[in-house]
Amino acid sequence: MMELVCPAGTPAALHAAVEAGAHAVYCGFADETNARNFPGLNFSREELAKSVAFAHAKGVRVLVAINTFPRAGAEAIWHRAVADAEAAEADAVILADLGLLAHAAERHPNLRRHLSVQAAAANPDMINFYARTFGVRRVVLPRVLTVAEITAINREIDIETEVFVFGGLCVMAEGRCSLSSYVTGKSPNMNGVCSPPSHVAYAEEGGELAARLGGFTIHRNAKDAPAPYPTLCKGCFTSGDTTGYIFEDPASLDATDLIPALAGAGVKALKIEGRQRSRSYVAQVVRSFREAVEAVEAGRPVPAGALARLTEGQSATTGAYRKTWR
Amino acid sequence: MQLTVGPNQFFWDIETWRDFYARIADEAPVDRVVLGELVCSKRLPFYQTAIPEAVERLVGAGKTVAMTTLALVTLKRERNLTAELVEMGLEVEINDLSALAHLPQGAPFSIGPLVNVYNEGTLNWLARRGAIRFCLPPELPLSSVNALVASTNVPVETWAWGRLPLAISGRCYHARLAGRAKDNCQFVCADDPDGRAVETLDGQEFLAVNGVQTLSGSCANLARQLPAMRQAGVAGLRLSPQSQGFVEVCGLFRDLVEGRISADELSAAARDNAPGGSYSDGFIAGSAGVAWSGQI
Repeated sequence: MMELVCPAGTPAALHAAVEAGAHAVYCGFADETNARNFPGLNFSREELAKSVAFAHAKGVRVLVAINTFPRAGAEAIWHRAVADAEAAEADAVILADLGLLAHAAERHPNLRRHLSVQAAAANPDMINFYARTFGVRRVVLPRVLTVAEITAINREIDIETEVFVFGGLCVMAEGRCSLSSYVTGKSPNMNGVCSPPSHVAYAEEGGELAARLGGFTIHRNAKDAPAPYPTLCKGCFTSGDTTGYIFEDPASLDATDLIPALAGAGVKALKIEGRQRSRSYVAQVVRSFREAVEAVEAGRPVPAGALARLTEGQSATTGAYRKTWR
Repeated sequence: MQLTVGPNQFFWDIETWRDFYARIADEAPVDRVVLGELVCSKRLPFYQTAIPEAVERLVGAGKTVAMTTLALVTLKRERNLTAELVEMGLEVEINDLSALAHLPQGAPFSIGPLVNVYNEGTLNWLARRGAIRFCLPPELPLSSVNALVASTNVPVETWAWGRLPLAISGRCYHARLAGRAKDNCQFVCADDPDGRAVETLDGQEFLAVNGVQTLSGSCANLARQLPAMRQAGVAGLRLSPQSQGFVEVCGLFRDLVEGRISADELSAAARDNAPGGSYSDGFIAGSAGVAWSGQI
């Protein structure tokens, strides 16, 4: 069966994911070492150790994301995070930075290493480089690839692939985007945040609600209409005589229907985005996907439609996996 | 302080391309020039035949020449292109790490601004692998520039002029804006030789799209940070090509580094040639990249 890799922003969410049928759970420490560095989220060292013990007792693996790029002069913080993940008996660390991979491979050779989506490894040459050089065992593929491209990649590599199937969707190559820091000074790569709430301001203007990020207008909606969060690349902008979603519609990813195709492409694990989500959300999504992967395993059709109301802005996309961008 | 002309980010026709590099060779007081296609592999066949002549002319003019890799390599054709680049025998500037797979151990290369070099561990790993020069990611604050330069003997340069490369995607925004699929783009990005401006709904200058790439709306200008770059030990400043007035911009930076003009004089004189019309240097201060420390 394909492995279901589920998000946990808190120990409670981890419990919920485990009980709902996750095969593996991923989480991070409560600091800048991971790409979901939000207030009130993530794990202390003690919480991680207890959560790993709980998950292992249920036969579930725990993966620790240490996937921001260590700050020059402060690499020790990231090195400590890798050491502490190993001490907590995590099953793997998810890393993006070359220097941190080299450090982990040298100092923690027995700790399994996964390549984070933040490393943007989008072709077999790059994946094989990480596999051979740093002993990486699994790559999380960037969300810029089609199913056909994923199939081709799997033919040329020897390590496992993991792909995102549900939740927020980056339209840019992950780990290679500084749009957020251009506008706010805070970025996914350096700070583990994108379009942070600390830089969001709303203003009622002439019957409309303007949502701004760092002073730049990202959305304008009728006052009573639902206002999507002003994530920079999903805003409504103008270029020449065109006004609209220049980069990406405010939709989120739902590749449920593509699970059989992804299985055929040789994908080992399916990842659900959303460490910032509530435990009830996590439980619902995990339960639904567990049902779907079991159906696929048994040769039955994927059960349809269960998650439609959980997607951002009420609309969903299959992202790059279907070939519509090309 | 050396001056490097970075790879052209835009799609120009072959005559424009040829004239641009001929003028760089003959008139621009720069030390290094990085050639080649950074953004989209589909553009390369349109000007590829002009590259050998440009290399010859630049080398003849005493410039060091390097060839860039693509910023995002996905297709088989693009992987082959990377392998061929390595075989050209010129210095390769890596902007996608997969090029490392094609470089024999010990072969020299340089690392461009689109490779994530955020810390000493990464920089020194790459230097041990053979990197002979780095252009740091434009996002880095001064504290990181200081720490990185201090950690190595390899020359380090910083992004000093031009629209900033902020993101790269599998999707082509020029094609999307034209209502076309990427495979049927009809090379619409050629209509915007310095990128296509994107404004907010309130008419604020914001970003620029350039095929699969997203750039800053503002023009980065590190002139006011020259003393800090010198103090950090930065070896070179990178100037990114634009369609109008670029040789003049190169001349102004040469005047600046040799003390003939001040940063504010450069900024005033180059203003009309700044793509988008506004300046930024906020990343280096650790604030929003769009911020500008000057008055001009």
